[in-house]
Amino acid sequence: MADRASRLDRPVGPLRMAAALYGSRIRSQASFRASFAADLAGQALLVIVEFIELWVILSQVGVFGGMTLTQVAVVYGLASLAFGLADLAFGEVEQVSSLVRSGRLETLLIRPVPLLLQLSSLDLSLRRIGRIAVGLAMYVGALLAAGFSPGAADLVLAILAPLAGAAIFSALFVAAGALQFWLIDGREFANAFTYGGNYVATTPGAVFGAPMRAFFTFVIPATLVAYTPALVLLDLPGPALLPQWTGWLGLPAAILLWTATALLWRAGVRRYTGAGG
Amino acid sequence: MNQSPTPTRDPAVGERGPAVALTALRRDYTVHAKADGARRRTARVIRAVDDLTLHIERGEAVGFVGANGAGKSTTIKMMTGILQPTSGDVRVLGRSPVAERRQLAREIGVVFGQRSQLWWDLPLRDSFAILGAMHRLTERERRARLDRLVAGLDLSGFLDRPVRQLSLGQRMRGEVAAALLHSPQLVILDEPTIGLDMVSKEGLRRFLTEDRAERGTTLFLTTHDMSDVERLAERIVIVDGGAVAYDGALADLRESLGAPRELILDLASPREEPLRVPPGAQCAGIEAGGIRHRIRFSGADLTVPVLLASLSEQAEIADLSLAEPAIEDLVRRISAQER
Amino acid sequence: MLSYWRILTATFRQHTTYRTATLAGIFTNSMFGLIRASILLAAIHAAGGELNGYTALQAATYVWLGQALLAPIEAFGTREVAARVHQGDVAVDLLRPLSFLGLFFAQKLGRSSYYLLARGIPPMLIGALLTGLALPEDPLSYPLGVLTIALAITVAFLGDMLVNLAAFWILETRGLTVLYNSVMNLLSGFLIPILWFPPWLLAIARWTPFPSMVQTPIDVLSGRVGPASAIGLIGVQSAWILVLLLAAAVMLRAGARSLEVQGG
Repeated sequence: MADRASRLDRPVGPLRMAAALYGSRIRSQASFRASFAADLAGQALLVIVEFIELWVILSQVGVFGGMTLTQVAVVYGLASLAFGLADLAFGEVEQVSSLVRSGRLETLLIRPVPLLLQLSSLDLSLRRIGRIAVGLAMYVGALLAAGFSPGAADLVLAILAPLAGAAIFSALFVAAGALQFWLIDGREFANAFTYGGNYVATTPGAVFGAPMRAFFTFVIPATLVAYTPALVLLDLPGPALLPQWTGWLGLPAAILLWTATALLWRAGVRRYTGAGG
Repeated sequence: MNQSPTPTRDPAVGERGPAVALTALRRDYTVHAKADGARRRTARVIRAVDDLTLHIERGEAVGFVGANGAGKSTTIKMMTGILQPTSGDVRVLGRSPVAERRQLAREIGVVFGQRSQLWWDLPLRDSFAILGAMHRLTERERRARLDRLVAGLDLSGFLDRPVRQLSLGQRMRGEVAAALLHSPQLVILDEPTIGLDMVSKEGLRRFLTEDRAERGTTLFLTTHDMSDVERLAERIVIVDGGAVAYDGALADLRESLGAPRELILDLASPREEPLRVPPGAQCAGIEAGGIRHRIRFSGADLTVPVLLASLSEQAEIADLSLAEPAIEDLVRRISAQER
Repeated sequence: MLSYWRILTATFRQHTTYRTATLAGIFTNSMFGLIRASILLAAIHAAGGELNGYTALQAATYVWLGQALLAPIEAFGTREVAARVHQGDVAVDLLRPLSFLGLFFAQKLGRSSYYLLARGIPPMLIGALLTGLALPEDPLSYPLGVLTIALAITVAFLGDMLVNLAAFWILETRGLTVLYNSVMNLLSGFLIPILWFPPWLLAIARWTPFPSMVQTPIDVLSGRVGPASAIGLIGVQSAWILVLLLAAAVMLRAGARSLEVQGG
């Protein structure tokens, strides 16, 4: 009885609150089983179909951007895994403009929970697990097929890279959402950086000319998500601007990007309360 | 037991000052619109709220009425921290709403009649679980409060149904319960009864009155329905053109305007000659072959029970209804008087 | 006919008002064009200057024409008809004096012609500046190219319509839309020219209407295919329009009947 009583009176900290928010979404989606399964399969197939592009090219040329098919699969799998994780957690933040238009944003603002946490949890789409599962399978499978023989540092990077990559894409999604506080019709503009970033990240970085490579490294750190970590894991030399050691820059880049994004998001919400939507 | 489980970090702030203090409040919108025939869009400033001053003490119940576009919604947005005033000062429960939006959210409950705050695809019960977590209510606090809300708003029949399947009346009761779950000190209702049938309206009003009596909450309500104000509020504030046009007791308003109400009686048996009525009332028409009698009276001079008592002595009453003067009529008269 | 024309022009005008969205679309379209051109050019470079009949200039032209067609054919799919089916509004649409398919096709043509002009041409100009474009030698290729674009838009419209009409029987069509569009992006030759496919995949692609949506207009407009062969490709496009139109009409009929049964 004492146990039960203490459970009833247990204070709700931020973590339990977040768990309750995410938990409710997960339960609700698992209940539509049939359409959920179709969605999941659709997302998984999407990842595979998109890989066919690279596969067709590699079946014609053998080595692409300094990488063999297996090595490219490591890059593709790692980037897809990272993008899938970010899409799951923050993909819906992109919807800011429709929330503003429908007025739903106002109902979120009168709750005592940070807006970003609400947006992240309240439209969590579990179907995106399909992309994550295929990405993970490709990443691990291709690494093993490429004869990955990890030292301790390699192993740390292999685990860290998808998480840092997910953080980078998450920041891009949030920045894309924040931009819509200014450009209510500019949702597509942000796609260039989120989905465009994913496109670049799933491709060997050496493929791109120097200006593009620089842009997608220093401005949008897409090459640091999968390509440069793969250079370290597979012990390959990098092209100009991207020496092998840049494979370790994913996490610092994620931190930098998140700092800038957090400021942008705050400014965006402030703009909304100032302008009134 | 303390009925307010909200863990206010600095209780002193929430306890200080009046419930609502709006001082010389002003809000402008910039609208980009294309004038007829013009090639370029031009920016135009629209003043939605213009020098609005209003003080509401704790425990008061205020009806905030006005025509569409009078500035009601904009005022509510500024009170809840959704919108920053262009100039002037807003204090709600002693807090500055935009700066302290999230703290304030724990102390106020808001119902937007036009916008759902519930989770569309989840059973109603789950919305309360999520909101309980958001307000960091302990399991015990949440259950106790929810039991009270379920009983008072009669939610038990559809707690497990997804919100999208609820009728408008059921959903609205759910919305009110959601706004009251964390036992807020100030309850803001924006058109809470819009589109509801009489039974739902009555149930909602009864519970809001009860809950207020129990907890001493402050109530702030916008509505188009004069009977909402009558049943829920003691004080009425009329806004027109973004400023306060009238502020006082509802009865005084009626008196000063002499706005008549109309009692419509359906008698059990036809009666051709008019009913005798006390002073202050007059027969306004007899219809349906003597079954329906319309009695016009002024609310300030005469109350409905007194009128009914005198009428029921003369004939058996089968049914009755009361027609209220429309808000728009009142506002029009007020504006006319001002000018 | 006049009412369809009015719908078409009204839709066109409506889209001219979304200026920020158009600018954003042009930007994103050009960015993706750059990424795709980089990938294809690197592949051709790795293959020694030519890959399955494509030179660097032809591949770049291929990418920019593809980007120009992306918005007009609405390669990411539409959901309007499916939503109307689910909400029951389709019952009203079916009662209108206009043909259901005609109504939506008029809207589609209005949208697509605006997209082609506003979102298609600017990325082409950017491409012409950055990589250069291969142009057809025979002047006849231009009118034929315009015709293949119109037919491609029609084929894409009908394919998308079939996916939307599946909403009569499937409760949630989002998964189907995603799947259809990813297969379409690949087999239409939007991502890479279908001639680069291994033989078995090329054979599959040729038995679908997808190449008629992207590969055909690109081949004709870039002059890779001369006017004589273009006539044959136009025949293929027209055949697919007939087949898909028939399928859409059958689905619409069956769907309308299932509505009556449900009493919706």
